Parts: sequence; structure tokens; C-alpha cells
Amino acid sequence: MNAPLTIVGASYAGLQIAASARELGYDGPIVMLGDEAHAPYQRPPLSKGLLSGKTAPGQLPLRAPSFYDEQRIELRLGCRVESLDIGQRSLGLADGSALRYGVLAITTGARARPLALPGADLAGVHALRTLDDALALIAATERAQRVAVIGGGFIGLEVAAALAERGIAVSVIEAQPRLLARSVPPLLSAYIAELHRTRGVELLCGRQVRELRGWQGRVCGVGLDDGTAIECDLVVAGIGVLPNTEWALQAGLPADAAGRIMVDTLGRTAASDVFAAGDCAAMPSPHAPQPDQPVCLESIQAANDGARAIASCLVGRPLPCGAVPWFWSDQHGVRLQMAGLPAADDEVVLRGRTADKGFSLFMLRAGRIAAVHSVNRPAEHLLARKLVAARAQVDAHSVADLSFDLARTLDP
Amino acid sequence: MSVIHFILKDGSTRTLQARHGASVMEIAVLGNVPGIAGECGGSCACATCHVYVADADVDRLAPPDDMETDMLSAVAAERLACSRLACQIAMSAELDGLTVRVPHTQS
Repeated sequence: MNAPLTIVGASYAGLQIAASARELGYDGPIVMLGDEAHAPYQRPPLSKGLLSGKTAPGQLPLRAPSFYDEQRIELRLGCRVESLDIGQRSLGLADGSALRYGVLAITTGARARPLALPGADLAGVHALRTLDDALALIAATERAQRVAVIGGGFIGLEVAAALAERGIAVSVIEAQPRLLARSVPPLLSAYIAELHRTRGVELLCGRQVRELRGWQGRVCGVGLDDGTAIECDLVVAGIGVLPNTEWALQAGLPADAAGRIMVDTLGRTAASDVFAAGDCAAMPSPHAPQPDQPVCLESIQAANDGARAIASCLVGRPLPCGAVPWFWSDQHGVRLQMAGLPAADDEVVLRGRTADKGFSLFMLRAGRIAAVHSVNRPAEHLLARKLVAARAQVDAHSVADLSFDLARTLDP
Repeated sequence: MSVIHFILKDGSTRTLQARHGASVMEIAVLGNVPGIAGECGGSCACATCHVYVADADVDRLAPPDDMETDMLSAVAAERLACSRLACQIAMSAELDGLTVRVPHTQS
């Protein structure tokens, strides 16, 4: 019996495993299970174009429906996996049935971390992770006038920008003293904060939400730790994610402290023929400040790269991940692009001026380019990926000098 | 509906129906045209939907804006005068029969 390659999770990582496996000549049966009702779709527009009205839901599918037939990928939607038996190579599904696999790929992603606050179950409290979340949020914003966004990370800030663009009053509450504190250096946090303020978004950093206040079952305000009360008719929480891995961890797969399945740079878990990629997995990255510590980058690129590595194993030509991590965000028409992974003690060098239309921040580690954050400098970002990959050696003075051609450092 | 012709890396041509308003990148990705990645989902952020527009069609397109021009300077394959990012070309009745060639690499 030829038991199928079974992919649990039908988003970027899952789809890319199936697509890459076929591209590389994998000929066995492929089954992909997704617990949502939708075939794999693009997620970045959910907090960007879809919310601001520039993108329609019909533009979101990642592949045409015919793709799955053409590529002999059996896509089962609305199908939730609840248990795993590694010894029996078997999955237990929510409908009570069992499914045998030959090779298992876990790409179940993550879900929005729920608010653990009094009032979190009031009507009008939203999170944003899936297309259904986005459609519910869009419907709720039709009549919203004041929105409180809890969390000043990428999702929270993109939601704030998209809603402010539509003329809705938005307050962002962030527990850290600055926006995007885990992701970008203080100079960039300050730039982003200024960007939001000039577009009318109210920012409350260094404040904790104590409670959500309701009236007749609907949220009507947010109470903060300093006693401030913010009136609102809608709350959007963007406070991070929880990996969808409980069912797999019960089977004994090793995970990091956050519950993400540990994999090597080929996407292999501790169990043979069991792989994982995307937001449910943690993988060592040669570009991380601590290269041995598995990290989860929570990005499309990481999902796709992990998936390609898994596909390469399936056809017996293993090619580990090692690409430079990159990520982007759009807020108020400003394009923010990040290459590499910064560390807290990197030397931060500004190239250009923050008052200009575009600039970049270069993070130098031991005299080499470790990460670059660019604002409205897309070509510099693409060059930055090459510079980070090459760990280009350069001094701060040259980086800051706009007349210095950084590409020169690639071929010394 | 218009049609668009993609010349693939192996020299063969794939012709697809093109919904007006959709970008050439969207049409290519939905139509499973190999060699056009569109990793950023069409927000002009990744330069992985680079195409060469047929000489006869170049003048039918509005010229690239600053952002696209900037990105084109960093495409993986050779940049030619007819290089464009497929995500920035919106299909319309005027572009019926557009022919674009897929470069040998996007990354």
C-alpha cells in the first residue's frame, strides 16, 4: 500500500510542500487537509488591502481551483485533525474517522492569542488571523466610529492604518514602551509612531489593558492600568499567536517553550517521516543572533522556504533552509521591508535621513551587515538581502555615506 | 475578457483568459504559469513576478512608476528595456492579446 503524503494545514507552507513536491517530480498521492472552509488564500491583504477596501475577497486564492486536480493534490477542506499516532502512522479526525499517512507534514500554523481579560467575550471584540476573521471585522467596521486596537505589533498597526484610512478614529494600546519593540530598533519605532500620529491614530504605549467594558452585551470601552478609559465601539486584538500544535505535541513531538514543533533546517521533526513548517514550527536559522536556537519567523517566506526544504527531502535530494529572512509591512502608504534578524546590541547605522521619503537602517554585527530595515527603498531592500546573505563586511561610515555603492562590498 | 500569452522558459506559449482589472501576476499565478512567483501577493515588494513584455506591446503599457522602476533595478534575471513587474500591469480591453515572456529565474 502506498500511503499518501498527508499535509495537515492548507495555507502557505502546506500548499508550497505540495506544489514543490510535484515540481521536483514527487509522484505519490498527496492529501492536504485544511480546517477552514476556504482553499489556500493570501493572508497579507487581510490586514492591508482587504481591510482598506482595495482588494476583493475574489482576488485572494493562492491557486486556481483547477490547480489541485492538475497536480493531483486531494484538498479536503473543513477537516480538522485532532490526534496523531506516530507508531501507527495515523491521524484522528474531528469526525471520528482515522487517516493513514506515509509521510506527514504538519503545517497547521497558529491562531490569534485570545485576550485574557474581563469582557473579552463581549460582542464587538475581534481578532484577525483568517479570511473569516477579516470578513467579520470588515462587516463590523461598516458602522464603527471608534476602534481600540490592542497591540502595537505589525497586525495591530496595519489594522490601525487601514481603518484610519477609512476615516475611523483609532487608538492603539501597546504594553511595551514603544511600537514593534520586538522587531525593529528604537529609531524605526519612533518613525512609525510619528507616521501614525500624523495620520490621526492615537498611540498609548507602555499601558496595559485591564478590562473591556460593555453595555448590553457589546463592547463600549477599554479600561487601562493607569485608570484611563477609552471609549470605542469595536476592539481589535493583535497580541500575538498560539501555534496549532496541541494534537501533535500529545503524540510526543518535541516543542519549544511556545509549543512550536522543533525541526532541523530540513523541516524534520524528531520522528521519522514527520515534518513541520511555517508558524507551527521552530527552526534554527544561520542568520539568527543565536544560530543554534530554533526560531519561528512567522512569515510567508519562512513558510515557503521550510516547505521547499521538506519537498527536497521527499524526493531524496535534501536542500536545507538557509535563506535570509525577509518580511514586509504596509502602513499609511509607507513600505517597510526587513531583511535579516537584528539583535539588541547590533550597531544601528542610518543610511539616508528619516525626514526623506525613504531611508534604511543597517544593523552591523562584528563589522558585518546582519540586518537591514528599509522604508520606501525596495531596491535597497533587495540588495540588502544579498548583503546579509554574504555577511558583507563594511564600516559604519561607508554605510552612512549615500555616495558609497554598497554593492561593492559583495565582490571585494 | 481578454487573452494574454505567456512564453514559458521552455519556449512554449500558454494563453490564458484575463479578467479586466486583474494584474498579469494574478492571472499567471491563478493559471499556474511556472516561473512567476509573486511571493508578496502583488504589493510590489519582492520582484519575483518579473516578465519581459513583447517589443510590439511595450508601447501599449503605461510606463512603470517610481516604485516599480526602483524594484526593476534589483530583479534576479537580466533587466531589459522591456522588463516589467507583472503585478503592476492591470489587464484591460486595450491590452487584449498582450504577450509576455517569463525570465529564466526570479530569485
